[in-house]
Amino acid sequence: MTEPPAPIERTAGGDFRVHLGPEERDLLRRLTTELEELLAAEPEDPSLRRLRPRAYDDEQVEREYRSLMGSELESLRLENLRALEETAGRDRLDAGELDRWLAALNDLRLVLGTRLDVGEDEFADGFDPNAPHAYELAVYAFLTWLQEAAIEAVSSNFRSQG
Amino acid sequence: MSSATSAPGVVELERPADSDQEEHDRPWIVVVWNDPINLMSYVTLVFQKLFGYSLAKATELMLQVHHDGKAIVSSGTREKAEHDVARLHAHGLWATLRQD
Repeated sequence: MTEPPAPIERTAGGDFRVHLGPEERDLLRRLTTELEELLAAEPEDPSLRRLRPRAYDDEQVEREYRSLMGSELESLRLENLRALEETAGRDRLDAGELDRWLAALNDLRLVLGTRLDVGEDEFADGFDPNAPHAYELAVYAFLTWLQEAAIEAVSSNFRSQG
Repeated sequence: MSSATSAPGVVELERPADSDQEEHDRPWIVVVWNDPINLMSYVTLVFQKLFGYSLAKATELMLQVHHDGKAIVSSGTREKAEHDVARLHAHGLWATLRQD
């Protein structure tokens, strides 16, 4: 029996090969577009709170940190999401592009996971297709699977560099 | 900016001359907190990437976050600690800083 190829693999040349179907690539484009739109239209939406964790306990100092760093972090986030959206159809990624995938996939998981209020071992009892929000949970599981593959591919790069 | 007013009759204790310096010298520490969404492998990778930690050291810190709920991942001047927190936030980790 042969294993299906991992969705993201490191090539001998040091870049990365992406094996995803057209529906999966469409889903990535749709999810990133939706999050970009939500960030623009409803920046205070509660599902976005995990994207902006507090740095300080003190309210005043926290506000200063936000005014200093907030917009930089937001533009970096948008750049990463746009990069994933624009390269979702590609079969090859370089290391910098895959880094942006990693960050964007993580943001998508943070928002969806917050909305679904997921726990640490969300799928320990298997996946129940009749559960409420089964579709969103399946999307969350897809993003997790893809992110794990991206981490594995990047980590193999790290290990080979010593 | 407002300043604290002391109640009448309260004697202000004199601070030792070197206390400002000591306060200034105490390092700032960066704490990463456990959360149910970030993957263990992702947290390990971020520690390696941002701080140049070995896989063993990054894994040890990640497990400390996972089991104890938090871990100190770096320390130094306030500027350095704040920079580290911002980089951790850019990667979606839940990080805070405080003076030791």
